[in-house]
Amino acid sequence: MAKIMSTKELATKIVTGEATFILDVRNKDEFDNWKIEGGKVELLNEAYFNLLDGVDSITDKLPKDKDIIVVCAKGGSSEMIADMLEEAGFQNAYSLEGGMKAWSEHLEPVKIGDLKDGGSLYQFVRLGKGCLSYFIESNGEAAIIDTARMIDTYESFAAKKGLTIKHTIDTHLHADHISGGRRLAEKAGATYHLPPKDATEVTFDYTPVEEGNDITVGKTTVKVQPIYSPGHTIGSTSFIIDDTYLITGDILFVKSIGRPDLAGLAEDWVGDLRNTLYSKYKELSDDLIVLPAHYSFPEELGEGGRVAARLGDLYAKNSGLQVDDEDVFRKMVTENLPPQPNAYQEIRKTNMGKINPDLDEQKEMETGPNRCAVEG
Amino acid sequence: MSIKANEVLDAKGLACPMPIVRTKKAIASLEPGQVIEVQATDKGSTADMKAWAEGTGHQYLGTVEEADVLKHYLRKASEAEAKEEIKHPHVMELADLRTKIEAGEAVALLDVREPAEYSFGHIPGAINIPLGELEERFEALDKDKAWHVICRSGNRSDLAAQKLTAKGFNKVTNVVPGMSTWDGAVEKDN
Repeated sequence: MAKIMSTKELATKIVTGEATFILDVRNKDEFDNWKIEGGKVELLNEAYFNLLDGVDSITDKLPKDKDIIVVCAKGGSSEMIADMLEEAGFQNAYSLEGGMKAWSEHLEPVKIGDLKDGGSLYQFVRLGKGCLSYFIESNGEAAIIDTARMIDTYESFAAKKGLTIKHTIDTHLHADHISGGRRLAEKAGATYHLPPKDATEVTFDYTPVEEGNDITVGKTTVKVQPIYSPGHTIGSTSFIIDDTYLITGDILFVKSIGRPDLAGLAEDWVGDLRNTLYSKYKELSDDLIVLPAHYSFPEELGEGGRVAARLGDLYAKNSGLQVDDEDVFRKMVTENLPPQPNAYQEIRKTNMGKINPDLDEQKEMETGPNRCAVEG
Repeated sequence: MSIKANEVLDAKGLACPMPIVRTKKAIASLEPGQVIEVQATDKGSTADMKAWAEGTGHQYLGTVEEADVLKHYLRKASEAEAKEEIKHPHVMELADLRTKIEAGEAVALLDVREPAEYSFGHIPGAINIPLGELEERFEALDKDKAWHVICRSGNRSDLAAQKLTAKGFNKVTNVVPGMSTWDGAVEKDN
């Protein structure tokens, strides 16, 4: 029987930059659409159904000196192929437990830094989807920004550190993943904050996020300062934490910028997006560290798995911030957009509370990459 | 819709890779050209079945979803069809057939694919008698009509055209290549 590798073990390999060989045995279309990337990952795709008579056709492409991690959709086919590899003499073959479905759910906490009054800020990296959420802790209290659906990860992280979750905050109404913000707030007795302009159709109570209404975490003031920054959605709001970090949501990423079309209003929102990126953010300090809600390219994954960049550096390098002509910008963010995230309309409805899919359906809706960015 | 299959494989409740593993085994015992219906509940099975069939030469006909069950239809690769040497002398290009049909001409059209293939899309008005049943059923056809015979790629229809000619039909035309490249109107049985 082949050895099994957990998503946690694979995540550690990726964020620590360990050379990793992945044999993805899903069909080519699924592989091309969504795969494991980042760190020093080397990939080979050969569908399991082409290997039913044996693995001879690929053995000369496989390494002997590092782990081979076989990956499929849910973990069944990868186990069969890993078994066959083992029989063919590859003692270094593993099957990824739960496949891409489990990989999509793994959250890897990475420390971003200490806060001035003793707290800390963590980035939870969802490697399988490129989603980033943030965990602020200070003096026994915690706040989470852009909480993923898998709320137990945050709960156990808080419990281990003896923290009470006080706030969950969404920068906007998400279209690529199901927010865990409301459910976690209900469970922990915390307050769920949402920008009111994104919440016009929601079916539940929430606390509106508004400029001027700072959110405090802990006794020491870790200020969470909202800045209304529309464009990806009409309500999109950014947060400055501790005068040091700028949580940009889906407005500004490290290598790209947000797309304005996922609520079907690209033409209306493109002006807001431009204003936020080319005027509003420009008034902020260049030294703020930008912490986005997504990454789309494996090279955005920095040291230890961190995704972060200095705002001033992004104004010099990010291709989405170099477009002087407004018409060129408009074209860039409304034409030739990448495909939309899987089931994005159903995901938006779920996040509004309009539909209540069961867990299996939710998992199915979230398969695939986030696709919230547009490249300049 | 009910689609005729020579064999039904129950792969319900089985997770990947089992639906394909079982299909591979079951299809090995079929005669070339026969159709298998694979019942599966694994949502990923549709894309995999299609890609697997393409790689092996079997023909993926289509999938029907009924309640939560996916019914995949595949036709076993048939070597004989690719090898035949004598050709029926009268052939017509698919485009010419389309022009005739679209001009409103009455065209006697015989589709000799398997009923399952026919169900997933055929030219409106085409009569279906699979090649394998032509021997017993040709008498149902009017010998004096100008029959146009069609299949997927032009091979089975060639054999059928030869067979009909041998039975005394004298105005038989083989339409080439066949439904695989037909982009005119189609009718489906569902």
